Amino acid sequence: MTEIIFFINQVVISGLVLGCIYALGAIGITLIFGILRFAHFAHSELMTGGAFIAFLLASAFAAWGIATPIPTGFVVLPLAMVLAAILALGIDKGFYAPLRKRGAKPVTLLIASIGVTLMIQGLIRLFFGAGSYSFFENEPKEIFRIDTSAIGSTRPLVITEPQVLMIVVTLVSVIALHFFLTRSRLGKAMRAMADNADLAQVSGINTALVVRVTWVIAGALACMAGTMLALDVTLKPDLAFNIILPIFAAAIVGGLGQAYGAIAGGLLIGFAETLAVFNWTMLFRPLNTILPDWLQLPAQLALVPTEYKLTVAFVILVVTLLVRPTGIFKGASS
Amino acid sequence: MIQRSLALFGGLFVLILVIGWVMGLPFTSSRLVEAAAYALIALGLNIQWGYGGLFNFGIMGFLMVGGAAVTFISFPVNPEFWGSDGPMMLGRALFAFAIGALIVLAARQAHRIGITGKWKGALTVLAWFCAYVLYRSQLDPAAAYIESAGGGWVGGLGAHPVLGWLFGGVLAAGIAYIVGKICLGLRTDYLAIATIGISEIIRALIKNMDWLTRGTLTVSPIPWPTPLPQDYQAGGMDIAASLIAARAGYLVLALVVLAIVMWLISRAYTGPWGRMMRAIRDNHVAASSMGKNVTSRQLEIFVFGSVLMGIGGAMLVTFVQIFAPSSYQPINHTFLIWVMVIVGGAGNNWGALFGAVLLWLVWVVSEPLSKAVFDFVSYWSTNAGWGAIPEIEARSAQMRVFVLGLVITIALRFAPKGLIPEVVKREG
Repeated sequence: MTEIIFFINQVVISGLVLGCIYALGAIGITLIFGILRFAHFAHSELMTGGAFIAFLLASAFAAWGIATPIPTGFVVLPLAMVLAAILALGIDKGFYAPLRKRGAKPVTLLIASIGVTLMIQGLIRLFFGAGSYSFFENEPKEIFRIDTSAIGSTRPLVITEPQVLMIVVTLVSVIALHFFLTRSRLGKAMRAMADNADLAQVSGINTALVVRVTWVIAGALACMAGTMLALDVTLKPDLAFNIILPIFAAAIVGGLGQAYGAIAGGLLIGFAETLAVFNWTMLFRPLNTILPDWLQLPAQLALVPTEYKLTVAFVILVVTLLVRPTGIFKGASS
Repeated sequence: MIQRSLALFGGLFVLILVIGWVMGLPFTSSRLVEAAAYALIALGLNIQWGYGGLFNFGIMGFLMVGGAAVTFISFPVNPEFWGSDGPMMLGRALFAFAIGALIVLAARQAHRIGITGKWKGALTVLAWFCAYVLYRSQLDPAAAYIESAGGGWVGGLGAHPVLGWLFGGVLAAGIAYIVGKICLGLRTDYLAIATIGISEIIRALIKNMDWLTRGTLTVSPIPWPTPLPQDYQAGGMDIAASLIAARAGYLVLALVVLAIVMWLISRAYTGPWGRMMRAIRDNHVAASSMGKNVTSRQLEIFVFGSVLMGIGGAMLVTFVQIFAPSSYQPINHTFLIWVMVIVGGAGNNWGALFGAVLLWLVWVVSEPLSKAVFDFVSYWSTNAGWGAIPEIEARSAQMRVFVLGLVITIALRFAPKGLIPEVVKREG
């Protein structure tokens, strides 16, 4: 039983946490692609910027002496999401809207988004330096250790408080997004515009409003993902820049433009990464007693060495592009 | 048009003179050598993006391949490795690789014996898995042995660095062929993301294959094709003069390579081949209806561009004499090149050349410049009683990323075709 608990600790929980973060990032990318038809690279900087906004707010709370029962990072999250949404709207107004008005090709917008990435990255590094910060300098990071000796395990099930909250918050926001997209007028307008922008405009949908709502949702979700990633590990200027490619992989694997596909893709990539570097000997060790001598399991039995963890996402991406270029959920192909 | 280009190049020349005057000749001379190498890389991207409209965001990977190639060719031989069991074990790994490749190829032909549809798919996946396990089972012990007992790493071949540059180009071409075969059918944004992914895979491989590239331990000193400053100093020259003389020698060699490449690709651009490429770029449906094989032409241009990137990457590594895989970053080695080509003018070789030299100078100068600005503001704010700006050094080092982003956004907004745009000739 110890082995199974170890497997849950190492794979199920960390894969789920990683998958949640990828999924939240990928939803934003996929929505922007669906509405505006370009790959938005600066999404990583929206995530990092959102996390830094949340960090500043949390520091302000700590400075005012406000103590909260749950980690302060989660308390300030709604406010940070609003600010990040405003930031996203500002970026669109300042950089992408003028190019769109000129009728620039999606490729030009993609390059512009890389310029935005570099600028925000430079600004964050300018103000915060290259060091790392932690949300848990003034308060303890609570760790739950669930005793599992009842089912014959010598190890406890370990999960931290931010991880539990993270999974809950992701679930709630995904369900909220689902109801928004399927039940509300604006959500339906968004899906209509993603299907056919010209037709949507002709049938009287306010496309400018839809674009703005898209940026608000994308910015808020990016801020959520970035803050949660910073709560789980540490906050650094290149926090999300390093994971933007797995997030793109998640969006593409799920089918660009498909919100549900992005969630599935995020979880798929998250679990694939953790499963690929998992040392299977740890799970199958009890088999060594019944296996013959020549078939003993080696000490290391991972599919890929840990150094190559990030490449797993790219391999999945490339294989998906080759075998099924529209992604598993049949995303936009033009 | 000609007047404008001449004015811009004149301005660039003045800028170089100013930098040389402020920062000193040794600094400027080595920046110029690097600018020449970057110009070569930018020309490579200009072929891919400007001539062919291909979206290559994996430049970093090709630069690394070029660097690894020149290290392998020109670094002195490692006798400890060749005297151990290492070559034998690597040979076995190569053999395993060949068998694995055969298994995969055989699985792809499974339809000939009546296995089709889903079964063939499953068989292909199984074949890939078997090949992977077989290869890893041979390579892992070989790598572990070489790293511990077999001399640490493979070492070089001790050949002339120019040979290494050529090999860098050849290796980059080989990899570009594979990448192109996989990715070129994809539409632009997918192609961008796929190439970034592949360049990250290349980076992870080169960084972690310690037995082949020495990974994060870095390799140095890599020999120069021209006399080193130390050689001049041995002849009795003082240090400053020897630095300038050695770098001037290297610069001449780099400029010769650049001139040859420039001549060749300009001829290609004006010839029928270039016309066909532009036709494919502007409307590939029309070009294919005229009987042009779009996919294989695009593969051709992708490989040609990558050759230049490989050579440029090799020249950079040879110049700094150290191959450090962990120093490669997408910002410095992919996005910077893109900004060079877009600001200079995609589709125009002189534009790409101009953009490369200008942006490289802006990139290296923005750090000392922003330090000076910060120092000035800090002096002013200290006098005003607000205290000094903390960590000026670290902050000014980050400024160049911001400057790069600013340059590209301004260029896209106000000069989307670049400073020296492509000349569209109309006949009749």
